[in-house]
Amino acid sequence: MIQALMRMLFGSIVAGACIGSVAAQDSKVADELAKYREALADGNPADLLEVKGEALWAEKRGPRNASLEQCDLGLGPGKLEGAYAQLPRYFADTRKVMDVESRLVYCMVTLQGFKQDEVTRQWFSKPGKESDIEALVTFIGAKSNGKPINVPAAHPEEQRMAKIGEYIFYRRSGPQDFSCAICHGQDGKRIRLQELGNLTTREGAGTAMKTWPSYRVSQGAVWTMQRRLIDCMRQARWPEPDYLADSIIALETFLQKTATGTVMETPGIKR
Amino acid sequence: MKPRYALFGTLAAVIAVPSLAQTKPVEPPGGRYAKDAEQVFRSSFRVDNPKYWMSRLDQDETMRLCGQYRDNPPRKIGAQLEKANQATIRYPVEGKLIGDWKEGEKLAAVGTGGHIGFIQPDPPGRLRGGNCYACHQLAQKEVAYGTIGPSLQHYGKTRGNSEEIVKYTYDKIYNSNAFTACTNMPRFGLHSWLTPEQITHIVAFLLDPESPVNKD
Repeated sequence: MIQALMRMLFGSIVAGACIGSVAAQDSKVADELAKYREALADGNPADLLEVKGEALWAEKRGPRNASLEQCDLGLGPGKLEGAYAQLPRYFADTRKVMDVESRLVYCMVTLQGFKQDEVTRQWFSKPGKESDIEALVTFIGAKSNGKPINVPAAHPEEQRMAKIGEYIFYRRSGPQDFSCAICHGQDGKRIRLQELGNLTTREGAGTAMKTWPSYRVSQGAVWTMQRRLIDCMRQARWPEPDYLADSIIALETFLQKTATGTVMETPGIKR
Repeated sequence: MKPRYALFGTLAAVIAVPSLAQTKPVEPPGGRYAKDAEQVFRSSFRVDNPKYWMSRLDQDETMRLCGQYRDNPPRKIGAQLEKANQATIRYPVEGKLIGDWKEGEKLAAVGTGGHIGFIQPDPPGRLRGGNCYACHQLAQKEVAYGTIGPSLQHYGKTRGNSEEIVKYTYDKIYNSNAFTACTNMPRFGLHSWLTPEQITHIVAFLLDPESPVNKD
């Protein structure tokens, strides 16, 4: 159904855009895209995953037959409201800056007794193979809906990670000379028809960060922020980072810090 | 004079002192953690990435300095980089810089190729294009164009196809940094992303009067 809608709307974008001046074309295209997004937002498939995540959170699982209800995501054991919006942050117990995914995995290991490579094997879903992590992160994310992003990066370790993220954001390499900043360092640009946020501004970073995790229509799956950023590196034609790598957490810290103050609207829905 | 303006006057006077006249350089990304950051970045990749994939993370002087200056280098450094990049440009053996615009049109639309990693790599031998439409408007009929680069619609119509323009166009695609250090545009020839021959096809797509870039 969604794909049929996409085809129909894309058809009308192309048909509509063939008439009129270049400026009119541009605004027409933008209008059609906005309508398309609106149509998609009504009934987000991510809502189903959120329900699944809620059940997984409370279910006793793993070698220790324990639930995740005592997991501390930064606001205290079991405190979920607004937890996603204040991550990544420094955790004294691991002496590391952790994002929602690395912390969740830590809880699955320490509370439920799973082995790390076991729980991260299916860190993202494939057709016919669902991912518990995706479901849990969607559930945790939704618990921050309506809460402002709050990553001031005041702790020295958080500050360090934000700066490392900034470094990576501008670092150019690969056969296309890419960095994050190439596409995401200016206002009001598009790649093909896709609008690009200026992630160096609060508004741009806010628009990007507030809607993750997000259901991606083109992929037919919910993507977490780790998945999003690891794919950015694929698009840059770089090798593949480790899941939960510090470079990804550093980028998240940099982006969440820049986005701080923006109100979360999650789960999102995107192209 | 109101106090606020008095303060402004004082500041203006201080800034006008020659030794302070230069604008303060922007801090390199990463600040005092830049070295640390390079190490964190490099060690964040899967150990099973083959070496020839990992070499894609190596930076030449242009990449390194562009990052350091947030793609906005001081003019002196920019000029040095442009000179160094100019020296890398190689031409097709036959010397002809205008190829087949129809081939160029195809290459301008292709955005695939060169993706590596274990999740969604391109199959071996996948065509690598110039992906020009990702960033530029070109033929009028293609409405799905990006805006990171300037519109190139009627590129040849407005510029003509003098020898100078042909060479500039070829050179720009081969190594964009020969003209503007730290531009967003990739260096297609330098990285062998496109062959010199493929570049001549894109030159034709931009300049041939029969190409939809100029005709419509």
